[in-house]
Amino acid sequence: MDLSYSAEYEAFRKEVQTFVQENWTDEDRNSAPPPDPRSITFGTLIRTDERATKFRIKAAERGYLYRHVPKRYGGGEQPFDPLKSTIISEELRRSQAPGELMGQGASMLVPTLVEHGTEEQKEKFVRDTLLGKIRWCQGYSEPGSGSDLASLRTRGVLDGDFWVINGQKIWTSNADTSEWMFCLVRTEPEAPKHEGISYLLIDMQTPGLTVRPLRQMTGEADFNEVFFDNVRVPAKNIVGKRGQGWVVSRSTLKHERALIGNSLLSRRTLDGVIMLAQALNLRGQPAIKDPAIRNKIVELETKVLANEYHANRLLTMQARGEEAGIAGLVAKLYGTMLGYDVAKLAMDMLGDRGMLAPGEPSAPAMGMFLTAYMWSLGVLIAGGTANIQRNVIAERGLGLPRDQAASRK
Amino acid sequence: MDFGLSEDQVLLRQTIRRFLDEQCPTSRVRAIMESDSGHDTTLWQGLVDLGVTGLIVPAAYGGSGLELLDLVLAAEELGYAATPGPFLGSSMATVALMEGGDAAQRQRWLPQIASGKALLTIAFGEADSQWDPRAFTTKASGGKLNGEKPFVPYAAIADALIVAAADDDGPGLWLVERGAAGIETTSLTLVDMTRRVDGVRFKDTPATKLGGDRAALQRTIDAGCILIAADAYGGSRRCLEMAVDYAKTREQFGQIIGAFQGVKHQIASLACEIEPSLALYWYAAHAFDRIRDQSPRHAALVKAHMSDLYDRATRDSTELHGGIGFTWEFDLHLWFRRAVFDRSFLGEAAVHRARAADLAGW
Repeated sequence: MDLSYSAEYEAFRKEVQTFVQENWTDEDRNSAPPPDPRSITFGTLIRTDERATKFRIKAAERGYLYRHVPKRYGGGEQPFDPLKSTIISEELRRSQAPGELMGQGASMLVPTLVEHGTEEQKEKFVRDTLLGKIRWCQGYSEPGSGSDLASLRTRGVLDGDFWVINGQKIWTSNADTSEWMFCLVRTEPEAPKHEGISYLLIDMQTPGLTVRPLRQMTGEADFNEVFFDNVRVPAKNIVGKRGQGWVVSRSTLKHERALIGNSLLSRRTLDGVIMLAQALNLRGQPAIKDPAIRNKIVELETKVLANEYHANRLLTMQARGEEAGIAGLVAKLYGTMLGYDVAKLAMDMLGDRGMLAPGEPSAPAMGMFLTAYMWSLGVLIAGGTANIQRNVIAERGLGLPRDQAASRK
Repeated sequence: MDFGLSEDQVLLRQTIRRFLDEQCPTSRVRAIMESDSGHDTTLWQGLVDLGVTGLIVPAAYGGSGLELLDLVLAAEELGYAATPGPFLGSSMATVALMEGGDAAQRQRWLPQIASGKALLTIAFGEADSQWDPRAFTTKASGGKLNGEKPFVPYAAIADALIVAAADDDGPGLWLVERGAAGIETTSLTLVDMTRRVDGVRFKDTPATKLGGDRAALQRTIDAGCILIAADAYGGSRRCLEMAVDYAKTREQFGQIIGAFQGVKHQIASLACEIEPSLALYWYAAHAFDRIRDQSPRHAALVKAHMSDLYDRATRDSTELHGGIGFTWEFDLHLWFRRAVFDRSFLGEAAVHRARAADLAGW
């Protein structure tokens, strides 16, 4: 165990610092539009304005951003080095400079295209996606296919040079603001369920495609239903071969970058809760002096620390080329359960004020903790529910038998 | 930056594990726990020969000169195997001597600890579950101790006790040798039969003061907290493994019970809690060795966290085993018992969380 950075890495940190100082000025920093309260809750300040784009292009050229993406498509093209990645994101955060975009496009589609896309697809999409010029939504879940995603029924039939798509997607985040969708469609109805799916890229402006917003329990509408009525998609928009869509869609799972974000997120939420506990009075004293709340904060802080150290242990395993095994499978469930507990603690501290809706002027922190409380439920479901995570841990991590009903047929 | 064990550390852990696999199956654990002394000198000498008691003793005193991060690996494996014996008290006494002993005291005792010639233990906690050195009432005056220590590991067989007491300069550490006048020892029956504890009373008992003050005393307690956390991690891991093994072999309703989601999810949830705490206890040990300003808080955090988790691991695993898990002949209760000890000894979770909150200045 050696938690210091070697001279090589300290020099690298200096180099990044210098770059950021020279390319992200106070003026750039202060030109930001006022942040959306929700983006504060989730700890990501995402700018895609001209200044941010200019910075991202330079940073990628220097190899500081999108290191897994080749330079000719706008990436940084650097060997895998989790420590350097950590240093870069620390330094960018410190200077409030734009980091990598984290949406469906940059985090999920780009690695998929880099691995499976045609030259034409890479040229057309990767660079603009990395700069936020093309926004993507993910067409996976369907009304009858949630946890059992591979049972999806949206059909694609080849008609000359076009796929003709009919069916429906649901829970599609940002479908109303995205230009393109990457979509799983059943193209081989006779094949076993995992082998009959293709991965298609669909222009959201195509005739026959309708988006209808769905309002979440939070009151906002971030996700949507998407209907396909004879939507014609050029045949060349397939990624990978026919029937390989399932395998293609899984390729992004190899990129475990979300891990770092996960432990950062729970740390930031906890820091917010601690500040709240110090600022907020509960029955005549700061909430943090209340023995039950004090005890609970420390209990959760311990888990936040465990989550951080665990992420560092995983990074080290990656750097050493060791198999992470079960250690790599528990991070998501641990982080989301923890986020849920931290948000619940904030609600306890608010006491009566926990009833106040986001947007109510007298609500502490603009109701941000209530929003976090509700979103902690959303996070528990998105990208595979907690129960699906438990299946994965038990089956892949501990070698317990697979669900008979879920076996591939 | 490297957040992981060195090759030597991995080897050390494997060596201890292999030794315990061979020498300390649960049949032997049971034989020792049902013996009068609760101490198997042959098994203990085996651990001594592997270098366990000398791991953190400096090379100049016949040890390996390693750190707490090495010693906790031994603690984890002893916890995994539910090995009975005086490891915890002996290790804490070693820390106390290194933190508080002068050159002559170290020279007198450390080589004997490393070679297994002497067995030392600690007498710290007081009545009413008091583990805060500032509140200890055992008094030292004119080279004599007066007071009572209700829970002293292996006092009956120890060659010397390191006692927390206070004189006019405040709390500190004293050393009492076996056979000193005015010691009254009462053996206690614990839930955890793999570890023995005696009540000890001092009446004008001759004692030598060690050099260290309250800081040395607190640091010894912190080391104990981290060692207990490692023991609890090892035990939790064993309970999880037993649950997984059982779920893979037991059939009901015509299938392996591990195929039922109720069973699968309970096991997965437990694994999800246990896995990240490995890095937590490593870090706490590393902080003890290298990041001193973070050490007291991390010791408190990890003691509270792991003793809670160990309790859950033993209970979940017992539940998953059904009726067999509740029998005497099935081994699971050995770890249940150890979890009871780990939870109480050195202070319960709430005390340590309150301490961590105080240390944060909240």
